[in-house]
Amino acid sequence: MIAMRTINTQKIEDCVYRLALKAGLSLTESCRDALAMAEQAETGAAKFALSALLENERTAQREKMPVCQDTGLSVVLLEIGQEVFLEGKPLQEAVNEGVRRAYWDGNFRKSVCDPLTRANTGDNTPAALHTEIVPGDKISLVFLPKGFGSENMSRLSMLTPAEGREGIVRTIVETVKIAGSRPCPPVYVGVGIGGTFDSCAFLAKKALTRAVGSRHARADVASIEEEALHTINALGIGAQGFGGTVTALGVSCEIAPTHIAGLPVAVNIQCHCVRCEKEVL
Amino acid sequence: MKKLTLPLERAQIEELRAGDAVLLSGVLYTARDCAHKRIFALLDEGKPLPFPLKDSFIYYAGPCPAPAGKACGSCGPTTSARMNSFAPRLLDSGLAGMIGKGEMSAETVEALKRNKGVYFAAIGGAGATYGNAVVRAECVAFPDLLSEAVYRMEVSDFPLVVAVDARGNSVYQRKSVYQRKEG
Repeated sequence: MIAMRTINTQKIEDCVYRLALKAGLSLTESCRDALAMAEQAETGAAKFALSALLENERTAQREKMPVCQDTGLSVVLLEIGQEVFLEGKPLQEAVNEGVRRAYWDGNFRKSVCDPLTRANTGDNTPAALHTEIVPGDKISLVFLPKGFGSENMSRLSMLTPAEGREGIVRTIVETVKIAGSRPCPPVYVGVGIGGTFDSCAFLAKKALTRAVGSRHARADVASIEEEALHTINALGIGAQGFGGTVTALGVSCEIAPTHIAGLPVAVNIQCHCVRCEKEVL
Repeated sequence: MKKLTLPLERAQIEELRAGDAVLLSGVLYTARDCAHKRIFALLDEGKPLPFPLKDSFIYYAGPCPAPAGKACGSCGPTTSARMNSFAPRLLDSGLAGMIGKGEMSAETVEALKRNKGVYFAAIGGAGATYGNAVVRAECVAFPDLLSEAVYRMEVSDFPLVVAVDARGNSVYQRKSVYQRKEG
């Protein structure tokens, strides 16, 4: 029998707390770099907006204020090694407690409510927790606070196999075009290709945890990322919809086998405020 | 950059052109989806509103809680398009304009033209910048809505872009999705 590594869920709670506080106040390095490059490339109102955004992050760090007031619905991705034994309070409770403490201590906005009564839960819980069991004895934790100006512009399409690669690119570009100025462009586009209705959407979310500008290891997937990005940036929407050549900072696709009858494509839009923190326990 | 102080005369508003960058100071009222619904209910019942509509500006925003020693937490704009169903009636009732982010519908643009109003775009995502520019903030209605309540805010040098001017010209150069749908 393999010796199990015991981890108390208090450690996960503390990790969620740490990552949430950091994520609220800072952009990912790849996002910051992409914004700086876009600022160099653009002119006029778009340049004004991009330089304001770069300055905004510096203000956030200096004043210890969230970069964006939409501190998001807390998405937590946990990859749990199958040789890990979890002890302590139930996992979802531990994750929620980490969120609750961070959103209180960080003066983050509480943006979670009942979908029907619209009553605010008051502490930004529950977190959207995704767990995957993986080989090994470690836990990898990703914290992604997801703003809804961009989440609202996301779409899932069940294409036919005949629509193929062309249909995938068309769907990605169309989604960004319909979103227009509303999701805070320049956007970061996460795409799920294949799987089922539900797993496809999760792939799109996972794609957003990759570095902006990274390319998929599979050449045919990377070429979809590149073509979609190129076509999106020819739309002319630009930063904040003010016009320009940078409508998206990046496109990342994740792929999984699907059914012979289908081709699900999920497009998850992330605004230019890419906040995503990671840690391995 | 042009500096403006609220309240604005309609003549001042008419001088603004889509694409102009301005620094705006003065008093604003925040309202998002839920607050708008309640304001409409009050209007329908003929009851008084918690703030004056005439010549006021609504800021589509819901701030983070204020850290110790500050008037307000992060406070950038939210997506204005969700308020398209509310904006025309408020403009017709005396509202001078709105501040938000992203394009608005043809109906809203028409109402801006009709009433000589203006729609300013704040830079979406620049929450720390705007929060830091709030000098004073006070909840004036619907406190149960938390960040979605109506706040009276005194702001200093909000960096904004004139998104739709009083002639109906828009900074969003492409036809808006709403206009595209209508052909």
